[in-house]
Amino acid sequence: MNTRYTFGGDEHIFVEMDDEMSLDAFFKGLSLTNLIREAEIEGVTEICPANASMQVRFDPDVIHPEEMLARMKSLEAQTESAEKRLRTRIIEMPVYYQDPWTHETLMRFRERHQDPEGTDLEYAARINGFGSVEAFIEAHHSAPWFVSMVGFVSGLPFKYQLVERSRQLQVPKYLRPRTDTPKLTVGYGGCFSCTYSVRGAGGYQMFGITPMPIYDPLEEVSYLRDFMVFFKPGDIVKYRPIDRAEYDATRALVEKNEFEPRIREVGFDLEAFKAGPDAYNAQLLEALYGN
Amino acid sequence: MGIKVNHPGLLTTIQDLGRPGYFHLGIPISGAMDRMAARAANLLVGNEESEAVLESVFLGPQLEFEADATVAVTGATLPPRVDGEERECWTAFRVKAGQTLSFGYLQEGARAYLAVSGGIRTPQYLGSRSTYVIGAQGGIEGRPLAAGDMLPAASGANPPAEGRHLPEELRRVPGTHTELRVLPGLYWRLLTEGAGRSFFEDTWKVAPEADRMGYRFRGGRPLAFEPREQPFGAGSDPSNIVDGCYPYGSIQVPGGTEPIVLHRDAVSGGGYFTLGAVISADMDLIGQLQPNAEVRFVSVTMEEALAARKERRAQLARIRESLA
Repeated sequence: MNTRYTFGGDEHIFVEMDDEMSLDAFFKGLSLTNLIREAEIEGVTEICPANASMQVRFDPDVIHPEEMLARMKSLEAQTESAEKRLRTRIIEMPVYYQDPWTHETLMRFRERHQDPEGTDLEYAARINGFGSVEAFIEAHHSAPWFVSMVGFVSGLPFKYQLVERSRQLQVPKYLRPRTDTPKLTVGYGGCFSCTYSVRGAGGYQMFGITPMPIYDPLEEVSYLRDFMVFFKPGDIVKYRPIDRAEYDATRALVEKNEFEPRIREVGFDLEAFKAGPDAYNAQLLEALYGN
Repeated sequence: MGIKVNHPGLLTTIQDLGRPGYFHLGIPISGAMDRMAARAANLLVGNEESEAVLESVFLGPQLEFEADATVAVTGATLPPRVDGEERECWTAFRVKAGQTLSFGYLQEGARAYLAVSGGIRTPQYLGSRSTYVIGAQGGIEGRPLAAGDMLPAASGANPPAEGRHLPEELRRVPGTHTELRVLPGLYWRLLTEGAGRSFFEDTWKVAPEADRMGYRFRGGRPLAFEPREQPFGAGSDPSNIVDGCYPYGSIQVPGGTEPIVLHRDAVSGGGYFTLGAVISADMDLIGQLQPNAEVRFVSVTMEEALAARKERRAQLARIRESLA
């Protein structure tokens, strides 16, 4: 792993664990994040883990940037011994693929896209070697996803698919970011799926929409009463394709605050997963749907 | 007492010095884009520097006061009027119960700050009154001011004398040409040497898509990238990276064409490469840039960035001393 440190202006240090995505890089970033948090370094104001990187914001009037850098590098040595295991949960997220709202939006920003003639899904299916959009959608929802970052905007999860690298789907981001994305759009960029927690700017390809709220600043949604942000790094997500009728029915439940997502407690062990991804995923899905 | 919003202006939000500590969830710091101006406005009316103020873009609001208050307007030159009669910017003045505060046309800058003695006392959200519109947090219901809103304001304990003002040499509003100092870094290595040069040589103009999240610039030559095999997970465009964290002030250039400098309502991460960050000392200046304003980016070292930061701190100390 080629770990690289750089300053982001005079108030940030950004650490790229590796320039490519892997769950090993994610676990190293998570470990460094936890070590820095536990060190309670004076002057540190934000500690942000990402997919294969992490960032610290600090007050250079309190701790000199060079000293901050040295502290982080010395903590990095301890990440080697960290366990790549988590107690976490698996969550089912219903997805209405090829919905009318993301379709209207992607047509509006066609001139910012690599393929102005097609849709985002047609483009993604083609460049990933699928014969049809349907086959691409099948690959997108059949294996579960691992939340490897929360951010961009309030509570937005980035998800990495739990499959071998040869089966990973990859697409570029829009050539120029859009200024609008519908709330709860299921998007795709690089090897990451995301769910836009709020309406706003975005650069990811748009595949569909979920009826399930994942961010509620008022903390009124039944499963967001404890905290407004639903996802945290390490969560596992299974997409389930739904049609318009089920989307509408689920939205009606959400409006009445009677929707409860399907959630089960599980463990995740990176080495066990790598030894046999399909068998490991079957166990995860058994935990989600069994009994 | 309260202040009634008769007209909100173009885009007026309640801001204080921000909401640190939640960036790892994608919740940005928010707060005044020109913090020095917001601090000065508060000091002029005898408030703590961290009290909430109104930030107005291009056009001021029209406000009706229910009780007497001392107010001050700083930042952009947006001349205040009390019942139609003009008052000075950067100067404390009284508004009496029943009087209306309105504003003339913008003369320079982009964001004006209005402080009221005692402060605007909307409820705190995650420790701050700052409005973050995208996440519907803070302010009034997480949105900009609207006609009919009633702003709760505390009555100032010891409002200072009318006419107290900040000397001109302590005010800062950018002129027609601004230099923004940048510490190159982050994914700078992805650029060709020529692109690294042209970025700093060219004059850039503020594009219409410029707001609290970020300022977009155009007009410079497109930036070229060193040829490389894209790392797994980044996406095929050479400006794509594996989605990572974005620092405040970081400069991303999607597709190599239009640089975007992230500001107080920044997205916390994403998949476009960044070439460095505007230094902390120059962030306030960005919030005062109008569309089409000309900007040059100037490369500095960490040592120079820290010296500039120190100079800013000294400037703030002079402002505090002047208004003590």
